[in-house]
Amino acid sequence: MELHRLTIHELRDLIQKGEVSPVRVVQDFLIRIGQVEEQVQAFNTLTPRMAVGFAKKFEEMQARREKLPPLAGVPLAIKDVICTKGVATTCSSRILENYVPPYNATVMARLNAAGALMLGKTNMDEFAMGSSTENSAFKKTRNPWNLGCVPGGSSGGSAAAVAADMCAGALGSDTGGSIRQPGGFCGIAALKPTYGRVSRYGLVAFASSLDQIGPLAKDVRDAAILLKVIAGHDPLDSTSGNVPVPNYEAGLTGDIKGLRVGIPSEYSIPGMDPEVESAIHKAIRVLEGLGAVQENVALPHTDYAVATYYLVATAEASSNLERYDGVKYGYRTPRSEHLIDMYMKTRREGFGPEVKRRIMLGTYALSAGYYDAYYLKALKVRTLIRQDFTEAFKRCDVIVTPTSPTPAFKFGEKMDDPLQMYLSDIFTISGNLAGVPGISVNCGFTKSGLPIGLQVIGKPFDEETILRVAHAYEQATPWHRERPRL
Amino acid sequence: MAKITRKEVEHVARLARLELTEEEKERMTAQLDSILGYIDKLDELDTSQVEPTTTVIPMVSVMREDAVRPSLKQEDALANAPDRQDAFFRVPRIIED
Repeated sequence: MELHRLTIHELRDLIQKGEVSPVRVVQDFLIRIGQVEEQVQAFNTLTPRMAVGFAKKFEEMQARREKLPPLAGVPLAIKDVICTKGVATTCSSRILENYVPPYNATVMARLNAAGALMLGKTNMDEFAMGSSTENSAFKKTRNPWNLGCVPGGSSGGSAAAVAADMCAGALGSDTGGSIRQPGGFCGIAALKPTYGRVSRYGLVAFASSLDQIGPLAKDVRDAAILLKVIAGHDPLDSTSGNVPVPNYEAGLTGDIKGLRVGIPSEYSIPGMDPEVESAIHKAIRVLEGLGAVQENVALPHTDYAVATYYLVATAEASSNLERYDGVKYGYRTPRSEHLIDMYMKTRREGFGPEVKRRIMLGTYALSAGYYDAYYLKALKVRTLIRQDFTEAFKRCDVIVTPTSPTPAFKFGEKMDDPLQMYLSDIFTISGNLAGVPGISVNCGFTKSGLPIGLQVIGKPFDEETILRVAHAYEQATPWHRERPRL
Repeated sequence: MAKITRKEVEHVARLARLELTEEEKERMTAQLDSILGYIDKLDELDTSQVEPTTTVIPMVSVMREDAVRPSLKQEDALANAPDRQDAFFRVPRIIED
């Protein structure tokens, strides 16, 4: 049996019943990584010895017929922006190249307690800033469906690793679409939770009012399983909501009869790929076939979301990234005259071009004389964007959109034009500004064989409903069973 | 008219403690100018009556018991230091002779 092809729930069931050994599972994934990683380049760091070590422990428990933790022996990949005790956490940046965290992020502590194993840390756009993973200081991750295309970003390594069966599932982070967009580009299920649903403790900060950790998975059931493990209040993150976490898996009933699906007219934009548009229309008809009711809704400030985002996110980033000063951890320039000179050179040598650009934009937007015109203005428009969703959700239960206006693009295509790159997040960014949850699932392929993402957006803390809709859609369509040929 | 000048780019880079090469200053000025030009579309909206949103969730001050708990060991906290001396982070000279 090719164990690496299985989903988390399939592996879990086999391991819990004692039908397969966790060591065999891990070894099968390691062999798979050995076969395809050279082509895909998804990982910054691999941790095979650690994974096998924990798998052995679970194998012994299995032999003694002891009760195993729920995800015992399930191998995962973790985006390199999430702190892992004793394992390098680089953010794909030179400035953190040798950083080894002395503590675990809360999501890691929860995954460990559930018995999940880490196979390695995945590549990303530096500090999660980008939409193609091309901004990594270390390597180019390739899209498993077409090695000439980007996997999306910034969680490109996690998305590619899942799509290429190099792990059973993965964690990513999403500030403007960084889970959902690569999820769509790589044809998998990828969920950004409500802001506050998952603890950010130990997530290296990019834009603190927008960042969320979430799962990337082979199907919606797996996304539900991972979310259940990582969600919930954490005393170490005061912005995590004290809201009960439902059993998401039990909520996957397949029943969406009478559910109101909102279709925003503002999401038909110039520059939209006709194949994407037609796939989304077909997906909406599938949902109607399952008994859902279509509602036209308005999100009138959609057109202002990208501009708002690039002020709010960069302002917060410029402040968050002040900590990289070459003093307590991370890179320090070997050549400096005095302290200020050390800061300036360390940051010049340690950060890549996109990170510098965003630090500059954010610093400018917060600087004397420009604060009101740029930063404060953006915070006010953020209120309008948020109100759009509140109003729309009075008329519908979920909102359905494309995840991105186009399928995966070629390497280099948008690297010289930052604005074009930013606009590839146009359908995902509003969700972060409003704080609402969204999931991307595969809804078909272009003629050239690239996956197309369907996004289902929900009310705050109502991940249950978007998971149910996405799962019902998945059960009615064949797309999630397709695998790239590698 | 240009939204941002090269002189402003140099000023902002100093605020951000970021040394830029001549070529980077050139490129940064052009790129920021085009991004700021795009951002100008926000001026189409009248926001005089709109409250700003800094966070999407209700924020409350969190209090906890002032109890002694285990924390990071000194050696662990120093382990990633680029330069250290005994129990201290070492930095280059701050005050000129």
